[in-house]
Amino acid sequence: MIAQHFPILQVVLPLMAAPLMVLLRRGAPAWLLAVIVSWTGLFISLSLLAQVADGSVISYAIGSWPPPWGIEYRIDRVNAFVLVLVSLIAAVVVIYSRASVAAELPAHQHYLFYSLFALCLAGLLGIAATGDAFNLFVFLEISSLSSYALIALGRDRRALMASYQYLIMGTIGATFYIIGVGLLYLMTGTLNMADMAQRLAGVTEVRAVLAALAFITVGICLKLALFPLHLWLPNAYAYAPSAVTAFLAATATKVSVYVLLRFYYSIYGESAIFYALPMGQILLLLSLAAMFIASAIAIIQSDLKRLFAYSSVAQIGYITLGISFDSVTGLTGGIVHLFNHALTKGALFMLLGCFALRLGRIRFDNIGGIARVMPFTSFGIVLGGLSLIGAPGTAGFISKWYLVLAALESGQWWIALAIMLSSLLAVVYVWRFVEAAYFREPDAKTAQLKEAPLEMLVPALLMIAACFYFGLDTTLTVDGAARAAQTLLQGIR
Amino acid sequence: MTIAGHFSYWITIFLAIAGLYIVIARGNLIKKLVGLGIFQTSVYLLYIVPGKLIGGTAPIIAEQYGLYSNPLPHVLILTAIVVGVATLALGLALVVRIREAYGSIEEDEILDLDKTPVFPNTATSKPA
Repeated sequence: MIAQHFPILQVVLPLMAAPLMVLLRRGAPAWLLAVIVSWTGLFISLSLLAQVADGSVISYAIGSWPPPWGIEYRIDRVNAFVLVLVSLIAAVVVIYSRASVAAELPAHQHYLFYSLFALCLAGLLGIAATGDAFNLFVFLEISSLSSYALIALGRDRRALMASYQYLIMGTIGATFYIIGVGLLYLMTGTLNMADMAQRLAGVTEVRAVLAALAFITVGICLKLALFPLHLWLPNAYAYAPSAVTAFLAATATKVSVYVLLRFYYSIYGESAIFYALPMGQILLLLSLAAMFIASAIAIIQSDLKRLFAYSSVAQIGYITLGISFDSVTGLTGGIVHLFNHALTKGALFMLLGCFALRLGRIRFDNIGGIARVMPFTSFGIVLGGLSLIGAPGTAGFISKWYLVLAALESGQWWIALAIMLSSLLAVVYVWRFVEAAYFREPDAKTAQLKEAPLEMLVPALLMIAACFYFGLDTTLTVDGAARAAQTLLQGIR
Repeated sequence: MTIAGHFSYWITIFLAIAGLYIVIARGNLIKKLVGLGIFQTSVYLLYIVPGKLIGGTAPIIAEQYGLYSNPLPHVLILTAIVVGVATLALGLALVVRIREAYGSIEEDEILDLDKTPVFPNTATSKPA
């Protein structure tokens, strides 16, 4: 039965497709292969999510070596949710990428782009699927190395420096993570996450385990761009090719959040060690700083891609804020926001890619009156901006609603107030776009522009439509996230 | 335990801090990568050292061998070395491309070049 191998299959498929694409040496067949692989991945992850919906856990022993000795792939309600998110975004972005990549990259690099894309997808799915701490590091590096290369494909030469800086900070992050895992291995003698969680409860020498927690937290927070470890992110997102930005912004940081959740709740959660450090308070402070400072920096940007990159840093603050509450409602809010923000930001960066196709760099001084000539793209960004702000009826509203609920539940009404105040900052930067695109006269150059091609516009607008769909019908997102939150907190309560 | 007893750990910590310091303090892109390499290598030691038993052999299960070293860290670090090599290769490739685009591998010079307008012959940021 092939279905039995689904947990590994969706990781192996893109991993095998990547070298195949290099052998093909042509853009068009490579793209076709990428489409097949990512849509198959979406099908597999949806069927996995359906299988674990009742709370069961799929354990897959690679090479039939039984865990904890062999590498185990372990799918539960938490990572099935993340797998669906990653493969969904990949499936949409790959359709979008054909026209975008054709315009932004020279023809001889197209097949390399799809090959790197498949590698990055394999890495991200692998991080989410694996139940082995060291295997996770390997996939973390597969996804990171391919994303450094993808960012360096950007047309602007600053893409090279952005990629280099991301490489340095990303490698430091991954090395911190592996130091933490090494310390945990020394203390528990296992690398299997489930096994580690059990043995950790019996560890009496707490200091090394706490050091491991600190190393893993800092390492992963570098990867997920938690303020103030976000310095690599704005440049990387701003100068990468549009399709890369849309894919990475929607998936890479989100998968890192998943790793953090996994370590905090599934591994450390079962022992009291987690509460020996004021993790919740630290996360709360950094999240609030991200929400306000990154939003404020976003407001003063003149480049739109940078603006939305800083907005990503702020939105990651909301996700970690949800984690810092350490309650079912808070985690639900965090996980829902992880999904909703991935949709929103993916859609926004795809629409910005439509502008980039016509304009090159997208700055406030060259998009004056652009809504007259590119009405669908502009309106899409406004709608996506509404979801970013958290206007009622959008997906962004749902996640902020749960975060506010969690804040009130924990009796910290001032955090609820902070969530609303920081949303006002989002209003400011979205309004800056509205003002430039709708209320200025287009200059002669802008007036000649045409709307973006349908194959880019349709996937992007479908994602925007999804933002509204998930703002009205929350059965998939909120229920899925609530179940994931319960699974995570099972060990503690 | 004494300082001498933890000798190998001190080496590990020294290498890690030295590597990280080079990454932060040096402006030369190649030197940064060297620092990164030292930092990563220190982690190899962190894994390998506790796996070694003095007088231990390879893991052979037989009567005459009672004591053997843990083989798993070696395997893990073999993987980590491969990852490190790949990172270094990609980093160096990026530095080559940066040198071609900017004519420099000093971080502060490159950042200065980006502040001034891009020269036509090196401009790659023209609109499509």
